[in-house]
Amino acid sequence: MTEGLANVSYLGAIILFILALGGLSNQETARRGNLYGMLGMAIALLATVALVERNYAIMVGGLAIGGTIGFVLARRVQMTQMPELVAILHSLVGLAATLVGFATFLNAERVHDFSAAEKTIHDIEVYLGILIGAVTFSGSVIAFGKLSGKIGGKPLTLPARHWLNLGLLILAIVFGVMFVQQAEEGGGLAPLIIMTVIALLFGVHMVMAIGGADMPVVVSMLNSYSGWAAAATGFMLESDLLIVVGALVGSSGAILSYIMCRAMNRKFLSVIAGGFGTAGGGAASAPAGEQGEVVAVTPEETAELLSAAKEVMIIPGYGMAVAQAQHTVNEMVKYLRENSVKVRFGIHPVAGRMPGHMNVLLAEAKVPYDIVFEMDEINDDFPDIDVSIVIGANDIVNPSAQEDADSPIAGMPVLECWKGKTTIVLKRSMATGYAGVENPLFYKENTRMLFGDARDSLEAVLKSLQG
Amino acid sequence: MQIGVPKEIHEGERRVATTPEVAEQLQKLGFSVSIECGAGMEANFSDEAYKEAGVRVVDDVRSLWASSDLIFKVRAPERHHKAGVDEVELLGEGKLLVSFIWPAQNEDFMRRLAARKATVIAMDSVPRISRAQKLDALSSMANIAGYRAVVEAAQYFGRFFTGQITAAGKVPPARVLVIGAGVAGLAAVGAAKSMGAIVRAFDTRPEVKEQVESMDAEFLMLEFEEGEDGTGEGGYAKVMSEEFIKAEMDLFARQAMEVDIIITTALIPGKPAPELITEAMVKTMRDGSVVVDLAAEQGGNCSLTEAGRVVKKHGVTLIGYTDLPSRLATQSSQLYATNLRHLLTDLCPEKDGTINVDMEDEVIRGATVIKDGEITWPPPAPKLSVRPEVSGRPKAAPARPVESGPAPPSVLGILLPFLLGGAALLGVGLVAPASFMEHFTVFVLACFVGYMVIWNVTPALHTPLMSVTNAISSIIVIGALLQVSAEVSLIKWLAGVAILITSINIFGGFAVTHRMLEMFRKG
Repeated sequence: MTEGLANVSYLGAIILFILALGGLSNQETARRGNLYGMLGMAIALLATVALVERNYAIMVGGLAIGGTIGFVLARRVQMTQMPELVAILHSLVGLAATLVGFATFLNAERVHDFSAAEKTIHDIEVYLGILIGAVTFSGSVIAFGKLSGKIGGKPLTLPARHWLNLGLLILAIVFGVMFVQQAEEGGGLAPLIIMTVIALLFGVHMVMAIGGADMPVVVSMLNSYSGWAAAATGFMLESDLLIVVGALVGSSGAILSYIMCRAMNRKFLSVIAGGFGTAGGGAASAPAGEQGEVVAVTPEETAELLSAAKEVMIIPGYGMAVAQAQHTVNEMVKYLRENSVKVRFGIHPVAGRMPGHMNVLLAEAKVPYDIVFEMDEINDDFPDIDVSIVIGANDIVNPSAQEDADSPIAGMPVLECWKGKTTIVLKRSMATGYAGVENPLFYKENTRMLFGDARDSLEAVLKSLQG
Repeated sequence: MQIGVPKEIHEGERRVATTPEVAEQLQKLGFSVSIECGAGMEANFSDEAYKEAGVRVVDDVRSLWASSDLIFKVRAPERHHKAGVDEVELLGEGKLLVSFIWPAQNEDFMRRLAARKATVIAMDSVPRISRAQKLDALSSMANIAGYRAVVEAAQYFGRFFTGQITAAGKVPPARVLVIGAGVAGLAAVGAAKSMGAIVRAFDTRPEVKEQVESMDAEFLMLEFEEGEDGTGEGGYAKVMSEEFIKAEMDLFARQAMEVDIIITTALIPGKPAPELITEAMVKTMRDGSVVVDLAAEQGGNCSLTEAGRVVKKHGVTLIGYTDLPSRLATQSSQLYATNLRHLLTDLCPEKDGTINVDMEDEVIRGATVIKDGEITWPPPAPKLSVRPEVSGRPKAAPARPVESGPAPPSVLGILLPFLLGGAALLGVGLVAPASFMEHFTVFVLACFVGYMVIWNVTPALHTPLMSVTNAISSIIVIGALLQVSAEVSLIKWLAGVAILITSINIFGGFAVTHRMLEMFRKG
């Protein structure tokens, strides 16, 4: 295959990828978008495979084994485990970027006709590509551990951790300079390896310091990094296809991170700097006047409230994913809708552990997406709601975000379910949410608490509704 | 502790401070309740109903006051000549009185009350913060007044509210203008709307526009250049500038010629009611029109209304009742009693029948006007913990710069990122070779394309977005494929491993995205 033909194929792939992302603008076009993406990838792969000259066995073996693993993973994964899957896939992109970077560095013959300036730039590109790749890799592995519960969700706050991060950054720059100097004379492997270790440590430390509630930001940030890693690799290999795709993915992840941060009213930097939920823990408690007794209800009483309601709003949170309650929720919603109760879902942007997590779970349970709404679409409707059901959510329905200026979550947009007539909160116990903030909602007069595992409770409610 | 509810002695007052239903709940908080014989009669609550709810019915008003630790009333205590009772005199030392007080308008009365060495909680002084809404009796009463205002207007208005086409001819719908879209105004809008009238509403606070429109009524905007925002402290309106008032009056004058019914509810706390409807405007109204002036007690929004009476001038009926909530006594007693119960719940957090007037609590501090004989009114200004969102306001009336909203970005603030970006680009352009610049151009443009495309992605599909971007970022496989042909075996194997793991990503990413997207179904 000639180079021209390959380049045209790459151009086609780029266009198809952009169409794939554009297709996600709504549910109707999303499936077609995904097909465009697959087609683009197939074209790019075929065009590149045609350029391969030898070692076909390794190539075919890699593609076949990897592809099989990928398929099996995709089939087997539970929808509640999506955040973990996404995190581990990110780590693979990071690892691949690191490996390709090393391979490029070792493959000295490619750069023999570079000018001095080009050579320096190429070295910097290699260095950056490996750096970003390694951070993405180790960060994603830790994120995977945290999301799957293998590592505790509590933020690890080392003393002077900001200085530690700064120190690591300076070290990376110092070794970068050393690397460029040594690379001019044909060496440079040692600083490159040391930097890789530093980058791995940095990735570990960065994600370890971030608390469970901030995971949506971390996941989207790593998404962004994996894109930048691809873009850096593109510069390194002078491939516009990689650069464009990397930039697309990078900006996508960056926008998602921004949306998540805005939904928590937090600065991106303060999330990344980590340690949320530990500072100001003393001030986190609600004013004494807000405390009071909570009113517990039984599933039967909940069923009565629901059957008397005309408008019901369901607010799912991470607890629904943990309890795997989405199918029971759907059953209940179906029953209520058949009995002409208007049921809607209100989704907070940071509900769950990754952007859009709740939507995927509800879709899995076959909840029709036209009754699932974003926070901004339904937040003004709460005064008309007869019953709001909060399933395993806490911080996203915390009124102290609006009422208590000293609260650590002050100013975070929240679902104002307390403005409705009755709120039923499904919760295992009176523990605080990930932000470690007391929730005055539970003590409000129109709030009822339904304690227990969300799925068991909802099954009991459903039974009592049908019975 | 003992709660006593005397019969209201104010002329024409029909409300009562507790209902049998609420009395039952008060007892659950650990209090015992007694009521003066016949206190609930006018509000259709018989003594028998109270007795059934476990309330003691006391014949003698003096012994009721003497035996109770807490007195719940509607109207402020007063002297009643016929019965020879002065309620202020009956208030004993150390007791707690809860009623409407209006401390700002009644300084002498406050001093007399303070001399009794009791504690007084004024239901009209409850701070207007969201936590206190459940005990906001002013809102409850205003809601009723607004509804009743429409009912009164309907009684004097000679036509249907709703438009009809009948065999006997066409009936045009009534046109109702509501001035002041507070709680009372909105209640009036709702009532008039549900009777079928065409309703317009005006308010100096632009943020109520949405509320008015949510009730399907028309919000009259003032075409006023500077855009003044009438939001005062605590959600009430404030006094407006002269130019604003002039523009406002022109609007009312035009409206007066068009509408059939005007309901005015404009009040500014601590000030006489503003005059909005002049005699000239009333003259221009059609014969048979009705004006209901809810501000009649504070001097009236219409110069011709007479407080407490219905008069007809220039062919227009002017209703100046000051006791509209009392005219719906069952309803208003029930809501007021519930407000009192909420107050008591706050006063008695332990539910053990004893009260604690906690002056640290912002709500209780605000409402307590006399504490153990000491006048504690006015309270320190309530602190709003979260400012109402400035951005939510309509463009026609931007927030005044003195407010603590975000300052508009300066020219420098807008230009700075561009200048910095430009300088950075120049720096790159100076040192980088042409081949790099080509790729760099592609990179920057691709970032912009990504930015434009991703903002259009619906939030519901953020998870599929992440998995699909994951799959396509594995395009890195191309780098590995280019390296795999190398002779050096280390490079060969590095590339091989990279191919393997990126393949996991490509196939896994697309497959799982496909699986997820298949699940999104319309109902």
